[in-house]
Amino acid sequence: MDHQAVIEVQDLDLGYDDYLVMKNINFSINKGDIFIVMGVSGCGKSTLLKSMIGLKEPSRGKVLFNAKSFWDADEKGQLDMMRHFGVLYQSGALWSSLTVGQNVALPLQLYTKLSKEQIQEIVALKLSLVGLSGHEDFFPSGISGGMCKRVSLARAIALDPDIIFFDEPSAGLDPINSRMLDDLILELRDGLGATFVIVTHELPSIFAIGNNSIFLDEKSKTMIASGNPKELLVNCKDPRVVQFLTRGKTDDEQKSK
Amino acid sequence: MGGICDKLIFDFSTPKTLLIKLSGDWHISAGLLETSEVTPQLIAHPDIIQINFAVTQELKWDSGLIAFLLKLIKECGQKKIQVACEGLPQEAQKLLALALKEHEKTVLPQKAPKSFFEEIGKKTLKMGDSLAQALNFLGDIAVSLTRLMTGKSYFRWDDFMLLIKRCGVDTLLLVSLISLLVGMILAFVGSIQLKMFGAQIFVADMVGIAMVRVLSAVMTGIIVSGRIGASFAAELGMMQANEEIDALRTLGVDPVEFLVIPRVLALVLMMPILTIYADLMGILGSFLISIGMLHLSPVEYLNHTQQAVKINSVWIGLIHSLVFAVIIAIAGCLRGMQCERNAAGVGQATTSAVVTGITGIVIATAIITFICQVLGV
Repeated sequence: MDHQAVIEVQDLDLGYDDYLVMKNINFSINKGDIFIVMGVSGCGKSTLLKSMIGLKEPSRGKVLFNAKSFWDADEKGQLDMMRHFGVLYQSGALWSSLTVGQNVALPLQLYTKLSKEQIQEIVALKLSLVGLSGHEDFFPSGISGGMCKRVSLARAIALDPDIIFFDEPSAGLDPINSRMLDDLILELRDGLGATFVIVTHELPSIFAIGNNSIFLDEKSKTMIASGNPKELLVNCKDPRVVQFLTRGKTDDEQKSK
Repeated sequence: MGGICDKLIFDFSTPKTLLIKLSGDWHISAGLLETSEVTPQLIAHPDIIQINFAVTQELKWDSGLIAFLLKLIKECGQKKIQVACEGLPQEAQKLLALALKEHEKTVLPQKAPKSFFEEIGKKTLKMGDSLAQALNFLGDIAVSLTRLMTGKSYFRWDDFMLLIKRCGVDTLLLVSLISLLVGMILAFVGSIQLKMFGAQIFVADMVGIAMVRVLSAVMTGIIVSGRIGASFAAELGMMQANEEIDALRTLGVDPVEFLVIPRVLALVLMMPILTIYADLMGILGSFLISIGMLHLSPVEYLNHTQQAVKINSVWIGLIHSLVFAVIIAIAGCLRGMQCERNAAGVGQATTSAVVTGITGIVIATAIITFICQVLGV
């Protein structure tokens, strides 16, 4: 696999007005990585994601995509970079007034010169990749939460992006659907060759798909560990990380196991 | 060997096998290639039973290639030609497998076609349901009001005071502006006709009676419907979408008591006050035009107004405003409570609240005017 950094985050500080959420965040993500941003609820994971997808300007620091700084670029430069992203939001964020097919077709209508029939072909392909072929005419209100997430994924990959961001993909899903989504992420990584950045605190997902990660700590307001989650579980000595990765079990509980 | 376009090169050197060499830019942005580029080759060589692929180093691809291959595989399936994907890039093989895996197991949901008459029947039944729901809602409000008056229900005074502010103070500026302008327009348009008879002074009578009796109430009703009725519907609609209303129900709290009654009462209390205020603003607008442009004497104008506007007209105006308040509040709250649980539903609820409110105002005005006419008031 090509180990070229597609995303680099340098000395990033994030906050809302005078309130500091995170400081001194530094990491890089290689092409083809499934990179996990983990931490307890409210630690600033989603805020970090927002600063990476262009929704929240950091107070300080840089976010580099293929060595180009996103927040230093002009509007056109930022839009060009955003064309290479796909984002799956926590709620799915499907446009409720559009059908499933129209949701996936919209990015293609906006950014390609394909004919209506060709767009329908690509929509059918993307929906089949997420296991939902034939569901084009359903409205988001008529399908289940798990299906909404998969449609949202089909929309995120509509333009074959280089990087796909996920905000809590397993939130609100049962273990079977959650596992199905994890498998799909792995299959799509292998098929599309894309890089995945996933914000989550779901331990089974973290261990099943993540090959690199950072851990954000709420109290010190910065990242306190990075690396492969499975290796962190074995090697990391920081009690906060260990407690998180073992679902809050104490040392005694772990020893007695 | 022969080439059709720079993306596809056909090789027939192996008997009964077509080797397709893929080259060039297959990205979606470069446009999709149709399978009609391959079909003539299959027709020209009917002995072909297998298609193999090879790729050149110049091949650049994304989903555009996969979409083409899927179509080709489907077409070859019908012609009983086998397609071997081994020569394709590994990633493309994985994506194809993923897409084909789904194709095999998908059962397309069947939609029964609906007849024209069935559609009409369903819409008619829906209208009946909608009327029944509105009547039920009115009944719920009546029951909740009775409970409130007998001290059996929970009433949040803090919310009520905030609603009073929203319905009254926050709407005042808009009501002032519109009523002042309506008064001015009426005076101006009326004076053109009255001038011909040298009876400009009757502008005072005309505007005074029109504003106090019906126009102020109607204009205020339309403003309040657009501003307050719509906000009630949007607010309750969002609460419905966010399951906040379900949360109230499971807590044992009647949403009508908790959410609807304060809104209806706040509007019923504020509308008559806004209407009286609008009466005064309308008369002021007419007064300014009469003094400034028609050169009437201020004292004469005020005397005429005082003589023309009887207390009965004020009461009729107030009755209008009370009826409108009930219609607007109920339309807004009912549409909000009926809202579907999505963003489009909230939009529809808001629009429907305003349309129902304004239609109700016009119908109510016609009925009250007719009753007044019959009673000779």
